[in-house]
Amino acid sequence: MPLLTQHVRDENRQYCLVASLDNVRNFSTVLKAIHFQEHATCFATKNGIKVTVENAKCVQANAFIQAEVFQEFRVEEESVIFRINLTILLDCLSIFGSNPMPGTFTALRMCYQGHGQPLMLFLEEGGVVTVCKINTQEPVGTLDFDFCSTNVISKIILQSEGLREAFSELDMTSEILQMTISPDRPYFRLSTFGNAGSSHLDYPKDCDLMESFHCNHTQVNRYKLSLLKPSTKALVLSCKVSIRTDNRGFLSLQYMIKNEDGQISFVDYYCCPDEDIPESES
Amino acid sequence: MKFRAKIVDAACLNHFTRVSNMIAKLARTCTLRISPEKLNFILWDRQPSGGASTWCELEQENFFSEFQMEGVSAENNVIYLELTSENLSRALKTAQNARTLKIKLTNKHFPCLTVSIELLSVSNSSRIVTHDIPIKVIPRKLWKDLQEPSVPDADVSIYLPVLKTMKSVLEKMKNISNHLVIEANLNGELNLKVETELVCVTTHFRDLGNPPLASDDASLDRDPAEMVAVLVDIRKLLPFLAGQQVNPTKALCNVVAGRMVHLDVLHEDVSLQCFIPALALA
Repeated sequence: MPLLTQHVRDENRQYCLVASLDNVRNFSTVLKAIHFQEHATCFATKNGIKVTVENAKCVQANAFIQAEVFQEFRVEEESVIFRINLTILLDCLSIFGSNPMPGTFTALRMCYQGHGQPLMLFLEEGGVVTVCKINTQEPVGTLDFDFCSTNVISKIILQSEGLREAFSELDMTSEILQMTISPDRPYFRLSTFGNAGSSHLDYPKDCDLMESFHCNHTQVNRYKLSLLKPSTKALVLSCKVSIRTDNRGFLSLQYMIKNEDGQISFVDYYCCPDEDIPESES
Repeated sequence: MKFRAKIVDAACLNHFTRVSNMIAKLARTCTLRISPEKLNFILWDRQPSGGASTWCELEQENFFSEFQMEGVSAENNVIYLELTSENLSRALKTAQNARTLKIKLTNKHFPCLTVSIELLSVSNSSRIVTHDIPIKVIPRKLWKDLQEPSVPDADVSIYLPVLKTMKSVLEKMKNISNHLVIEANLNGELNLKVETELVCVTTHFRDLGNPPLASDDASLDRDPAEMVAVLVDIRKLLPFLAGQQVNPTKALCNVVAGRMVHLDVLHEDVSLQCFIPALALA
């Protein structure tokens, strides 16, 4: 596509964001992990791109794709921010099919001229080129959960497979998921209260899946299951997950996702608790 | 009216099964046209606005070892039947590893296409499975609706790209819009384009090659790079591509600017033609 590359090169100077990568799946997979709302806010700095999705002012997901994942990554301004339709972006990124034949890669070049301009995608696979022009929108403010590591009460690192099964079998008739983390038994317990009764799932502190466990005092928090369920998308893709709660009961789930080239990206979920439970009850 | 045919060759039987599977994927009901030389499966999408139609043509001698037919009269030596395409493909499912397959027009309380399959068995005793597929004989006064659509001289005739790539591109485009612009020129370039208020996606195929046009004089005074466009409903085109199980021997796309797209696909000795009328260009 010599014509196309030339065209791109001439216009390079006016772009405030240019990113290229040889395998579009290294980018699209991480975005799929946070695709539970139509719209996303993209925030690019020289370190990489952060894509944020929110729901009901109660849950926020952030996907971080570091600059190293891209073969070329240039941000001409301090930071570039825009809002985009994530569903359309994902459809465009996977235009050549979601499951390509092994050994074939779709290359991507992504350019953005700045405020009010469309996001341009140039995708190429086997000599076929697709050009996408996606209109961007005015960014709206994103939530600040003020989740600060000094306020963290408990922190667990699990291998994702341990949580994957639990999440896929959650009793969806339960409105909430109750998370008990305590320095003594049951250590880490997931409970649901559904139509068919309640169920509890305990992870002992010393099981193989548990990579680390820190908890100073018992905490019981409830989260809306409907808000947590979308995080399963990230869980399925990840190899490790860090679960943290702070003194207000806010939950942070951090998923570590390895791409096809072995590079690591992160997806964060923040969720606010459903209601407070007095500690005496637990 | 008589019809009786027999397949004994395993390869022919497999091929015939594949054709009927493809037909079943394309439409719920089909018209079977039987003439002394050919079998045609005709698929009509009956819509007042002028639906798409697909013609599948098989030379009878490439499939059948015996083939006898007698049409309505000596001068109109053809039979038109209507049947549910899935019934035929389901009947042929039993015919895998069959020794022979016989198809016969019968009247058992109601008109039927009787498919009898002689199965191989370990012992000498032969087993015969018989399917009676209910049919409707189409009276002569309706034949005129079932004539092969005539193709006006194409403005551009171009070979199609790998159908799998084209299919996955169109599947994603369908999520964006149902209105597809097909553009092609005499330089072997084909563009597929969808556009909405939010996004514009164009896939460019190059170096596809053009077969020589029927009317040479028309191509002489035309710029080969000039694009000829037609707007079609993506949902009419997709089933046709989805029905293709293997890559065809030849796949051709004829564009009549603003009027229709004619796809002509040849699988060894089965010819498949699809006529898609244009939507009014916006």
